[in-house]
Amino acid sequence: MSEKKIFSRPKTLKDAPFHFCPGCHHGIAHRMVAEAIDKYSLREKTIGVASVGCSVFLYDYFDVDVIEAPHGRAAAVATGVKRARKDKIVFSYQGDGDLASIGIAETVHTANRGENITIIFINNTVYGMTGGQLAPTTLLGQKTTTSPYGRDFMQDGYPIRMTEILATLEGTAFAARVAFTTPKNINMAKKAIEKAFQFQKEEMGFTFVEILSACPTNWGLNSIDSMKRVEEEMIPYFPLGIFKERKAADVL
Amino acid sequence: MARIEINQSLCKGCALCTLLCPEELIKIGNQINENGYFYAVFTENGSCKGCALCAKICPDVAIEVWK
Ligand SMILES: Cc1ncc(C[n+]2csc(CCOP(=O)(O)OP(=O)(O)O)c2C)c(N)n1
Ligand code: SF4
Ligand code: SF4
Ligand code: SF4
Ligand SMILES: [Mg+2]
Repeated sequence: MSEKKIFSRPKTLKDAPFHFCPGCHHGIAHRMVAEAIDKYSLREKTIGVASVGCSVFLYDYFDVDVIEAPHGRAAAVATGVKRARKDKIVFSYQGDGDLASIGIAETVHTANRGENITIIFINNTVYGMTGGQLAPTTLLGQKTTTSPYGRDFMQDGYPIRMTEILATLEGTAFAARVAFTTPKNINMAKKAIEKAFQFQKEEMGFTFVEILSACPTNWGLNSIDSMKRVEEEMIPYFPLGIFKERKAADVL
Repeated sequence: MARIEINQSLCKGCALCTLLCPEELIKIGNQINENGYFYAVFTENGSCKGCALCAKICPDVAIEVWK
């Protein structure tokens, strides 16, 4: 009986160790995006747009061309790249501080224009890279370095649900929220990321996948407790699922 | 019969793989790697199913699976 390798590093991921902290879900998300690019053989024609945050080194890990965008501007940069090179597959990869705070205008308008790009959105409820400050997605009561007594809606408003907001926009073709907390959720995440790239290939419009992600370092939890926090605290407020899936391309 | 291989140098000892393996075949060992992490160790006892759950959860792409 001959043995076959059934799981290994995707081709689109360079042979470079991640700089992420132990148990950080950015690594899982990177691998899944690379697997989706491999699945549709898009490596030669994909351009990534990196954002500012812990995922800033996207270009060190993905074996595709990558442009670094200023903080919050990745959706605008991706729009420019895609409009100039319609034959390319363009994705941005952004954290919640980047996308839902400083970059919320670019994000909403990019979706509303139905730009045929894919955004991978990492919601870890904090500004990870800069030391765990409050993000628009920080949960009520959550203690961060800038909300030491816990997030209070009277002062900071409510955690923002980006997938639901973007799903209401006509230009959005696909919007889903996923997590890596169980084998079932991991499979769902993989399918959603693949679908986003497939939709872009088919020129269906704007595609968006939000990933509920652990930041053990800034949460002050170990990897396993961080995973539990995603499951028990984040998913009840940020429900998983496909919030929009267009059936046909929007041809006007 | 299936088996996995853990790349000691890539492993950061996060233990997520130990949580997901249905056969409890992975433990965090008592040796550290060159980066100072206690790395995960696989027990090969014939009961690995090759389900690859350990590899799918590994944030550092440190696990390869054979079946
Ligand atoms: C214009 C500008 N303002 C502020 C910063 C500082 N800054 C760097 S990363 C970051 C937030 C990153 O948080 P997030 O997008 O959630 O990514 P994470 O690190 O959590 O993955 C901020 C505010 C910056 N680099 N540029
Ligand atoms: S600070 Fe948080 S988001 Fe950044 S690499 Fe560490 S665990 Fe990941
Ligand atoms: S492949 Fe499955 S059974 Fe084998 S070590 Fe990994 S999780 Fe355990
Ligand atoms: S999941 Fe990966 S990095 Fe974490 S302990 Fe297991 S092999 Fe090491
Ligand atoms: Mg963040």
